[in-house]
Amino acid sequence: MTAVYPSDAGPQAYLQSQIRWRTAEILFWLATLLPFVATPNYLSLASQIAITALFALSLDLILGYAGIVSLGHAAFFGFGAYAAGLISKHGWGEPLSGLVLSGIAAGLLGYAVSFVIARFRHLALIMLTLGFGLLLLELANSASSITGGADGLQGVKTWPLLGMFKFDLYGFTAYWYALIVLFLLFLVSRRLINSPFGLSLRGIRENAVRMRAIGAESRPHIRMIYTISATMAGIAGAILTQTTETVSLGVLDFQRSADLLVILILGGAGRLYGGLIGAIIYMIARDWFSGVNPQYWYFPIGVLLIAVVLFLPNGILGGIAQLIDTARGRRWFGWLVSPPWRRRA
Amino acid sequence: MTSTMTSMLGVLFDGFAYGMLLFLLSVGLSVTLGMMNFVNLAHCTFGMIGGYVTVTLMNQWGWPFLATLPAAFIVAAAISVLFERTMFRRLYRSSDLDQCLLTIGLVFVSVATMAYVWGTIQQPVSLPNYLRGSIHVGGLTLGVYRIFLIAFALVVTAALVIALEYTRFGAQVRAAVDNQRMARGLGINVDGAFAITFALGSGLAGLGGSLAIDIVGLDPSFALAYLVYVLIVVAVGGLGSIGGTFAAAMLLGISDMAGKYYFPAIGSFLIYLVMISLLMWRPAGIFGRRT
Repeated sequence: MTAVYPSDAGPQAYLQSQIRWRTAEILFWLATLLPFVATPNYLSLASQIAITALFALSLDLILGYAGIVSLGHAAFFGFGAYAAGLISKHGWGEPLSGLVLSGIAAGLLGYAVSFVIARFRHLALIMLTLGFGLLLLELANSASSITGGADGLQGVKTWPLLGMFKFDLYGFTAYWYALIVLFLLFLVSRRLINSPFGLSLRGIRENAVRMRAIGAESRPHIRMIYTISATMAGIAGAILTQTTETVSLGVLDFQRSADLLVILILGGAGRLYGGLIGAIIYMIARDWFSGVNPQYWYFPIGVLLIAVVLFLPNGILGGIAQLIDTARGRRWFGWLVSPPWRRRA
Repeated sequence: MTSTMTSMLGVLFDGFAYGMLLFLLSVGLSVTLGMMNFVNLAHCTFGMIGGYVTVTLMNQWGWPFLATLPAAFIVAAAISVLFERTMFRRLYRSSDLDQCLLTIGLVFVSVATMAYVWGTIQQPVSLPNYLRGSIHVGGLTLGVYRIFLIAFALVVTAALVIALEYTRFGAQVRAAVDNQRMARGLGINVDGAFAITFALGSGLAGLGGSLAIDIVGLDPSFALAYLVYVLIVVAVGGLGSIGGTFAAAMLLGISDMAGKYYFPAIGSFLIYLVMISLLMWRPAGIFGRRT
């Protein structure tokens, strides 16, 4: 494994070197502006991609960095989506404050759940996240007087952004709204990951017992990153509600949690850009094959998952980084590579 | 007997039969998870394969129902060995996440394959006459097929318990579940024992899948829909414990039936709530010893 360990020059120097912006990163974010000029007919797809990317980034924080496997992350996405929908339905359609409130609501839920999450690992953790996701789905289904049940939430209206920009049919406003929120939260995540806090998260991922032995208690760290991640997932859900002006039970579905895991793994977990790249590839491919029966669509996804686990253990980004490493004999793209988190402690 | 009593007993009986199905589907996963800590989310796929073997043999080749059951067992076990030898065994030392992903990938592939070959519709199964109908006992109506199912599952359970408790092979399996490293150290061929257990467990799932067609139906979503139930049974019962798996399967079967019968609006909600509370109380399962 090619891993960047903060061993040579000490942790401060390592974190400093991570904070610097690379050319490839700047090019990536410039490229996100391309849809405005190159494919103006696909702006609503682009906004869907941005929302999914934000959602994937939120999962990356807990899964890729803190090593918490979650099969129910759609719970927070859906909670944020319903929160935004309910706020708007009850007469307050202002998007920015609605977004903040929904994020806070999902964050509070995440904080409450994190007390349970931080106590468990292995199968019990997987089952608890799965059960919690299904629980919320059933709750939303039963409480149809509030959520509209299987019919979805009706009557969501989003006011123009800043009182000036209406959410149009072509998704112009929707895309730059989603993109700006994604970029801001990406900056937050980037700062968070390249901080001592982020470094201790990676320590917990590698070996929680040893982290405790050196005096870094893991549970408060896990609670904090889980809350942050839930907030981000809720914000992603809220953007979906605000830009599409509907909420259905699908936002809480198990399939959404599973798809998200696929996206993150394909892109490469434990890398900030992994979820983003994964979301772009997955969503475009799904749009491409949208005519195909959804049952068949899972065939290539399944094959890809198996192939990634067996042959490409660090996702597409990890594979590219390794390829470049081998080709050039030097680590130009070392910043793409993170420590070997997959080995069991 | 009052009618409330009768209906309660009826629900209990149906729940018991349903619990037996869940037990057959999940017992293999419980033992293999206990032995190798391998999170196999594709376990229900073998159940689905068993179901499709039965349906195909009956409807295309005209086999009698009972004769298809051993075939379902053998085909599911054979396919599971193929998967285990080629893919699963490479991941025994990987993280939970990798194991989850590989096996969920297999579920996706198998669901799509089944949908392609057999279509997405529910598969019909016509039971022989002697398994149809119902008998009346003191105001109670008991389905013959459910009685057959319960008897069949009880025989399988008894055979399993005897094999595990009183044979040399069973002792090796128990040793491997208790402490894999120690068992290896004593010269037990853990990998060999695991391969056999894995095949047996998957075969039992295949059997469960065949027997389930008449009760819950069979379509390609089976592998995902029952995965959640099987995982609940395994997690609540405790890894590697046949008694625990049995108790958890009965608990889930009866409470699911009762929930759907008495509280149709919040039935499935209650199941998840009970599961989460049980896991928080005892993370290793009710009868589990290890975390």
